[in-house]
Parts: sequence; structure tokens; C-alpha cells
Amino acid sequence: MTGARIPLTLTVNGRRHELEAYPMARLLDVLRDDLGLTGTKEGCGEGECGACSVLMNGEVVNSCLVPAIQAQGAELRTIEGLAGDGEALSPLQAAFVACNGAQCGFCTPGMVMASVDLLARSPHPDEARIRTGLAGNICRCTGYGKIIDAVARAAAEERP
Amino acid sequence: MRGDVPGCEVRVPGTLEEALDGLHREPGQWRPLAGGTDLMVPFAAGRLADTRFLSLHRLADLRAVELTDAGLVLGALVTYAQVRQHPGILAQWPNLVSSAQATGAVAIQNRGTLGGNLVNASPAADTPPSLLAYGAQVELSSVRGARWVDYADFHTGYKRTVMAPDELLTRIRVPAAGPGFHFFRKVGTRAAQAVAKVCLAAYARVEAGVVREFRVGLGSLAPVPARARATEAVILGAPVAGLAVRLGARAREALLADISPVDDLRSTANYRRTVAGNVLVQALGELEAELGGR
Amino acid sequence: MDGIGSSAPRREGREKLTGSARYVADQAWPGGIFGATVRSRCARGRITGIRFGPGIPWEEFTIVTAQDLRAAGWNNRVDFIERDQPFLAEGEIRHAEEPVLLLAHPDRYLLERARRAVTVAVEELPPVLDLDAALEAEILVGGKANLFKEILIERGDPDPVWASAAHVVSGEYRTGAQEQLYIETNGMCAQVDQGPDGPSLVVRGSLQCPYYIHKALAHLFQLPAERVRVVQMHTGGAFGGKEEYPSILAGHTALLAWKSGHPVTLVYDREEDMACTTKRHPSRSRLRTAFDAEGRLLAMESDFVLDAGAYTTLSPVVLSRGALHALGPYRCPQVRIHARAVATNTPPSGAFRGFGAPQSLFAMERHMDIAARRMGMDPVQLRRINLLRRGDRMATGQEVTEDLDLPGLMDRALADLDYQGRRAAHQRANAAGGPLRRGVGFSVFMHGCGFTGSGEKYLASVTGVETRADGRVRVLAAATEMGQGKETVFGQIAAEALGVPGELVELAAADTAVVPNSGPTVASRSTMVVGKLVQDAAVALRQLLVQRGFLAAEGATGAVAFRAAVARAHAEAGPLSCHAQYQQPEGLVWDELRYRGDAYPTFAWACYAAEVCVDTVTWEVKVEDFVARQEVGRVINPTLAAGQIEGGVAQGIGWGLWEQVVTDRGRMVNNQMTNYIVATAMDLPRIRVAFEERNPYALGPGGAKGLGELPMDGPAPALLNALQAALDLPELLEVPMTPERLLQAVQAAHDPGAPAPDRGGRP
Repeated sequence: MTGARIPLTLTVNGRRHELEAYPMARLLDVLRDDLGLTGTKEGCGEGECGACSVLMNGEVVNSCLVPAIQAQGAELRTIEGLAGDGEALSPLQAAFVACNGAQCGFCTPGMVMASVDLLARSPHPDEARIRTGLAGNICRCTGYGKIIDAVARAAAEERP
Repeated sequence: MRGDVPGCEVRVPGTLEEALDGLHREPGQWRPLAGGTDLMVPFAAGRLADTRFLSLHRLADLRAVELTDAGLVLGALVTYAQVRQHPGILAQWPNLVSSAQATGAVAIQNRGTLGGNLVNASPAADTPPSLLAYGAQVELSSVRGARWVDYADFHTGYKRTVMAPDELLTRIRVPAAGPGFHFFRKVGTRAAQAVAKVCLAAYARVEAGVVREFRVGLGSLAPVPARARATEAVILGAPVAGLAVRLGARAREALLADISPVDDLRSTANYRRTVAGNVLVQALGELEAELGGR
Repeated sequence: MDGIGSSAPRREGREKLTGSARYVADQAWPGGIFGATVRSRCARGRITGIRFGPGIPWEEFTIVTAQDLRAAGWNNRVDFIERDQPFLAEGEIRHAEEPVLLLAHPDRYLLERARRAVTVAVEELPPVLDLDAALEAEILVGGKANLFKEILIERGDPDPVWASAAHVVSGEYRTGAQEQLYIETNGMCAQVDQGPDGPSLVVRGSLQCPYYIHKALAHLFQLPAERVRVVQMHTGGAFGGKEEYPSILAGHTALLAWKSGHPVTLVYDREEDMACTTKRHPSRSRLRTAFDAEGRLLAMESDFVLDAGAYTTLSPVVLSRGALHALGPYRCPQVRIHARAVATNTPPSGAFRGFGAPQSLFAMERHMDIAARRMGMDPVQLRRINLLRRGDRMATGQEVTEDLDLPGLMDRALADLDYQGRRAAHQRANAAGGPLRRGVGFSVFMHGCGFTGSGEKYLASVTGVETRADGRVRVLAAATEMGQGKETVFGQIAAEALGVPGELVELAAADTAVVPNSGPTVASRSTMVVGKLVQDAAVALRQLLVQRGFLAAEGATGAVAFRAAVARAHAEAGPLSCHAQYQQPEGLVWDELRYRGDAYPTFAWACYAAEVCVDTVTWEVKVEDFVARQEVGRVINPTLAAGQIEGGVAQGIGWGLWEQVVTDRGRMVNNQMTNYIVATAMDLPRIRVAFEERNPYALGPGGAKGLGELPMDGPAPALLNALQAALDLPELLEVPMTPERLLQAVQAAHDPGAPAPDRGGRP
């Protein structure tokens, strides 16, 4: 039936949500408008800038390109889910602050989620690997240097 | 977001049979939707006329990667990430891995599918040239059964294919390639997240110093992903020693017959024509350097 | 520890890293609805009708046109340098994407359907689409014979020199439009409260200059100043693109809020933002320089033209800065700079980091390299003998009072890159064959800090510092944080002035109801001019606390004691505040009519050097190394300052190599991030930054000069100079130097009959 919303179940940052959404609504808009998780941003709406990056079933995706119906039952992680309970920033977030990896901050949530994905796959990436892993996240402020520093610093700190 | 989100309907078949049945009963009414990395862009821009979608995401069988002695069979929903990460594919068909790595960036590669890419039928897509170079075939399925089509015959014109309105592209078959020469070069607008301005993939097999097999796939140089047949004819059967010097100019000239580049937002016909020729000559030089001793 | 010179972490870093920083699109309002804009498709014409299509419940919509403004007696003109730009077109269409009609509705999806269903019928007229056509003035667009502004800077007289000089070099240089591409698009939210004394308006959004918007809204609605409130929210990048454009968007959003009685949020999507908002001015420079036999610059003449687009906006000021930088950092006794900003039927050009200087400096620094080549001189040596020294006079007659060592700065930058060593190595390697060609190139330049001429005097900026009940002090300034680090730097300046740790200093939001007008966040002025006023106000507050007996006069005060003292002062004497207002420094004299005198209070100086590698198979250019060395007086926060340089260089490299605005009939057609090419992480090298503090500026906080725009000026000429070194070609004269243009230059070199580069906005 045209125009019907569908029941949608999503687990976001460990919390289960049951809501109704249009099947072709963007996952980005479901997160922002229906769940109030506005940390994930829209920068381009065409899957180029990566500001909308989230982790879906363990992989980084552009949430502006995921129709809600395909997120049915998915496990999602967004920027809001990174910091620990209470006030502690994750090592990656802390590294971004320490290294000035965020200037205007708008690309930052997506950049950080892409970095989480990168470090999960390559725990000790060299610079070239970091650049490849973050190639889908456009930053207009930093020229990327201090973002790379932040990721490298977080990777070094996680070394046992 | 300019798409008519509330006006859209989505069907989610649980089996391939269900999907094909639905397409047959209402041909041309339901737009198959794979990973969304192509369709969601015009949809969000308000430029997609479709409002009814057939989402394939539950068809797990279409995500299979099968490697046998005969070759490689990829389900239509195999993602670029899967191709990129598969050591077996890298070993025998490195161009497919190069194509996958060249597509967008990580987040696109995690969601984009090969089937979606081929059916979207953009002449600038990164994987088609590699499939052409490897002589791939595609399986088109409907309630009438499945038929295999040479991928080289799949595209009939700009964004048009041989698919019937009730068919789905279900598998891609890539024959086993003996030891040979593999070349892939995409010239994009930048190093990642780039649409190709020129794309060339080649595969060659040399025996007793002579080129026995030679296939070249081209992207962004014609209204469709194209085989460079006139170019291939120049090189096939030629001795590989001194190949680039002896036949480079003739091959470059033959290439002109294989392409019809245009001026567009991203590049010029002049650039495409010249650079395609340069890349071809580069490929011939590398072919000679790698296999010239055989 | 938290004062000047420390790399204090960004104050708002935590919010930005946790996703809790709220940008305008993140904020929902009770009863809030959404706005959209209907625009003209064609570049020039007369509106003949507006039609509302079927299938839309129009009665549910709030609709605003120019007619509504007229009927309400409001001013349909943006109050800025001129008042020529309407908020909504009435009758006349002067550029593609000109706003005609506004819509609002609670349902975003239905709103979009409605937007598509409105047709604006326009009787089209032939448009003027580039600066060459504007100069011909066959069709008049605006200004006087298509001239919005003309400036003449003269020093001595170049005319007698040409005939007798040993060398005369001429060249024409062009630069294209550039899109700021802040990752957060433009957005605003407005609310109108109908109070007993009349309506009052609150606008919040992504912006650089709250008081510009305040002025524009007060003029639009003819409201007294205290009834208009503008609040900056977190701003996801701006770079000048949110300097003046937000006044229009704020007006639109406020009009919808007024008419609907609801809060209205209007955020552009990327396609709309790119097609409709301001870009860097395209430019054409025609330079002629005369040198003596040793290469000393004897005379310089520049014909500098900027494409201003359809309305004046701030083109006169962009032109001014461009003209004032046209001679570059050189000594020259006879100078004529003729600068013009012309009108075309394109969306108005606007502010973008650098603001005219990148355009004129590109021309001069490219020209100097070309001149060196033609004269058989080393480009380094040509700079060395012509660079300004103390006592020299600039084109306006401004005396260089700093003890400059520009040759030394240049030598150190070149040494950072190993320019000499690599130049020699590349010459050998390039000759040896293979598809790659490498080259090194550099540029030497300056950037005037603060507003031009009398600008700062006219702004008469004010800041304040006040006590808070909890014992902290709060800085009051209208400067906006947009990623550059202003918040943190002001905190450091105030902390040092008060002698306290940074945590005792707060920064008030840039809210016109709370902070005085310290001027716009532009022109590389925030640290140097406004930061100094913050310092003065903080010092004054400390003195006041001492005077009133809350603080001891002598000796340092520990943090705990200071906080207790402030809390006590606040409780006993009420909030205490001190303000500081800009005073024009003695001896800084500027003649606006004759364009003579002290154009800027001071300059930052720089030499940038680049190493490029060209792949002659594809003509792609890879920047393999980049050095940015600059003298900036004093670095307040080294990490933040380096971040500014790195980001600015990245934008400059983009402008030099990749970022092309492609237009068709006056409208940007590559208005998607897929087709407007900015660098990804894989496209750039590490940008190596070095600061020098040789010449502290006495009137800057701690000696600081401005540096926000400086990095935009150097990369493009350095890159093209490097490309020239890499490839044996006739001269490369325009940016962006895309692979397509590079190929055309190569082809033209080998076949003079080949077609000339296409001018018309195509790749």
C-alpha cells in the first residue's frame, strides 16, 4: 500500500528501538529525526562526503544511501555510542581532541566512525593505510594531517 | 532529500522465485534495488521516476562467491568489499580486485554490489572493463529459466541492456584465466571517490613469445562499457617482443575506432582520446616487460 | 600554561567529538516547520507569472513573494555596502537560481513536492555570462556600465619606463570561481515573537557575522535594533562562504516565520547550496613589468578585473584587497594598478578566504617566475633582489616599518624543501626518460591583516569581559568559532591577561543579545584586532578588581583565590564588566579617495614551496611535498595555527589543480560533490608548516598578526611554478590547471595550430 510506514527494529549503540518508518526513508533520517541521534550529519546526500558514516552490522556505510527497509534488524553504531559511560571519551575521540583532528567538527562524527572501522580492520595502520581507510570522508578544514595524527596516536595507544 | 519517500512502496521477496514471480506478473513496475549506492543518489536528488522497488537484500543465495577449476561465479549481490577481500579472486583475477578498490571508497564498497553496478549500466563504472577483459558472462533469470549472456553483449546502448523487463541479473561467471598478464588503470577525477574519466582493463596470455589471447575492456570512452575489438585485432597473434614500439602507434590508432569519447562535466573528448591511447601504450609496454621473455 | 604560546586543546572539542554539538539542522523546535526556496532557472529575464500546480494542498502552505514585502511596507533589499540585492526577485531576474518565492510547511516531503509544483514563468533575455562580456558593456547588468567598483593605485608613473627598460614582460592570468564547500551547508532558523510592544525576531544558524545579519534583518523589517536577535550556532565550516550570504537566508527564514507564526528552519541541501550561494570571484590579470639588466623591478602595471556576479555584495572590498596585493612583496618605484569589479548575470561572487589576494598574487607570483625564465635568471635570485626591506614603500606609499628578512624567509623555506637539491635531481631524472616528470616551485607573498584602510576605524569594534556569579570571567565578543580555534585562542589571551588558568575563562556565545559588536569574523582580524581588544578588556577588568579592593595589586593570584575574589566582587558589586573599543593606531593614515597611505596595520609574510610529479600518461599532477613557512608575529596556539595553515594550503592546492566550477548558461552544473573535486585524504601529501616570529606586531595580542587567509595565497602560484619546472612548456597561466588543461597546453606547445583553451567554463 503506497505511503505506508513499516515497523522497523534497529539496535543502535546497544539499545533496541522499535519504530515506524517509510521503507525508502534514508537510514540517516531515521537516526536523526526518529531517534534524535543528530550526531550523524548530512553533508552531501550522495554518498561522497562520508559525514553520514555509521557502522552497520560491523561495517562502515554511508547512512544517506541506506533505505530504512534494508536496515531492518541491523546493529548500528553511531558517534553517540562511542564515549564510555559517564564522561570518558574513547581513546580515538581523545586523540582527535589532543591532535586538533576536529576543526569545525562537521565531518568529525563520520570521520571518527570510519576511523573505528579502519582500526578494527588494521589495528596498526601506516599513513598510506590510514589515508585509504579515510578516503571516503571529506574534510574541508584540516587538510587531513592532524586527522591522520589522531588515528595513528589512537592506534599506538591501543598497542598492548 | 528530494525523493518522494512517502509515495514509495517496497517489496522484499524472501526467495529468488518470489522475486522473479513478482517481476513476471508486473513487468517493468518494480525497480530492483540491491545495495542502493547507485539508485539512492538520484532518488535523494528527486531525479528517479520510480516509486516501487523490489529490494533484493534478503536473497542470501545471491551473495555467494564460488571458486572452482572452471572459474569464478559471483552472486549478483556480492559486494566490492567481498571481492576486494577474497584472496582467491586476487590470485587469478587481480583486475577485479583493482576495480573493487577503485570504486568509491570503503563505505561504498561495503554496500555496493556487482549486479547493481552492471544493471545500472553506467559507461563509467569501474568493474565492467575488468569483466570484459576476462571474458565474463552474466546470468539473467526469470520465470522462464536462466540464460547466460556474454557480458560483452550485455549492453546495447547508453544505459540499455539485453535484459527483459521481468529478468534479474543473478550471477556473474568469470572463466579460469591461465597465467597471464593483467592490467587495470582507472583515471579518475581524484584518487578516491572518483568517477572514471578513462578506464582500461586488459588481459593477455602469451605462448611461445606470441600473444595468444588479448582482451581489452574500456570504461568512460563510449556510451557503454566496451571491448576494444579493433585494438585487440592489432595485437592478437603478434610477437610480444618489441610489442609497444612496433605496434604501439597502430594500436593507438585502432583504439580510435573503438571509442567515441565526449566532452562532459568531468572531462573532454580530447583528454579521453589522448589519455586512453597513452594508457593503452602503457599497457602494451607492461605486457612486453612482464611476458616478453616467454 | 594556558596562555599565549600554549597548544591548549580546543574548548569545544569534546562536543564536536561526541556528536553533541548542535548545528542548525540538529535543532528541533516546538511547532517548528520547514522552509524551501523557489528560484529562477534562467540567468536574465522578466518574471511574467508564478503558477501553482495541481495536487498540492496550497492552503496549508505559507507562501512569501516580493509582493508580500511590498504590501507589508518592508524593505526588499539587503542592507550591505549597496542596497541593490533583493531578498526576493520582483519583476527582474538577474541571475540563475535567484530566489523568487518562499514556502513553508511542517512536512518536509510534501514541501519538496510543492516546491516542484511552482512554476516561475520568465521571459528570457540574453545574459552577460563572463567578465569579458561585462567589460564590453553591450548588455547592462548592474552598476555603472557594468562596473560595481573601480580602483586606481598609482605610484610614480610607469609609462616612460617601457621604452628604455632592458626587459619588459607581459602576461595575462586567469583564475576560476571556487566553491567554499564547507561540509555543513547554509542553514538558518527563525522565530518571531509577537510581544505586547510589537514583534521581535530571533534567528539562529550557521554564520560568521551575527551583526551583519542583525543589520540586514533590522532593515528588512524596519525593526529597532533591540527587537532583532541573531545567535550563532555551531558552524560547520565557512571560509567566507557564510560571511554575507547568511543575511539572505536569515531574511528568508524570518519572512516565513513572520508569515506563518511558527519557528521556521531552512537548510540548503548540497546541490542548492553549491548552485545558489557565493563563490570566489573569477579574475583576469593583465600584467606588464619592466626590469633593468640586473633584474631589478622598475615598473609594474596591472589591469585587474573581478567577476562580481549580479549584485554588489562585498565586491568593492574584495577588489580593494586584490588591488592592494597585486604588486606582491616587491619594491617597485613606478606602479599603476587599475582594478575593476564587473557585473555579470551569475550568482553574486562573495567572500572566500583570501578575498581577492589569491587572485592578484597568483598573477604576480606566476609572472615573476615567467619573467625570470625569459630573462635567463634564476627565479630565486629575481625575488632576492626585489623583495621588500624596511624603509621601502609599497604601492600605496605605505612604508615598511618592520625589519623584514624576506630573502632569509625564502631561503629557509627553500631549504625546508631542499629546493636546490631537488631541482638538480629532477633535471637529471626528467632527462633520463620514463613517464614521470618532477618539478619544484615556490611563491613569496604577504597578506594584509585586518580590514583595509579605514575599515577597522569604521567598524569601531567593541569587546567586553565580565564577572560571573561562579567566580569565572566571561569574554564577550561577536567573533564566531567555525573551526579556526577563535574560542580557544580568545580564552588563552584572556587567561594570560588575567593571570589565571584557562578554566576560569568562559566565552559567551556569539549572540547579539549578549555580546557587543566586535565586527565580522573575516579579514584575518579576529586574533590580531579583536583578540587585542579582549586582552585590553581583560587587563582592564583585572585593574578594576584591584582598584575596588577585590584583588591584591601586587603578586600573582592563585586560581582559587582569583575565583573567590571574582565571585565576591560579583555578589557585592553586581556584575562588573570592562569594555575595550578599537582605536586607530596613531600614525596609521589612509586616503580612501586617492588609495594612498597605510593600507593595512601590518602584514604576515610567507614563502611556500611545492614539489610536483606529473604523470605524462594521464597528465595527473601529484603534489609530493609542500612546505609552508610564514612570519606571523607571534603564534598564540601552535597546534591550532598549524591546523589553519594545513587546511588553507589544502584549499589553495584544490584551487590550483582541481576545483573547477563548470557552468552552463550562467548556472553551475557540477553542483554535486561527485563532480566538484576537492581533495580526499589520498590526494594530499603532509603539509609541512613552519612559523617564524621575527617581527611581532606591537599592537597584536602577544605580538600576533593575522594568519587565517594567508595560506590561501601561496599554493596556486607555487604549484604552477613547479609544473613549469617539471614540463618544458610555454607558460601555464590559469587555475585550476586541470589535467585536461595541462594536456591542451602540451598539445599547443607541440602543435601551434591546436585549438586554444576553451574559456567557457568547461573542463
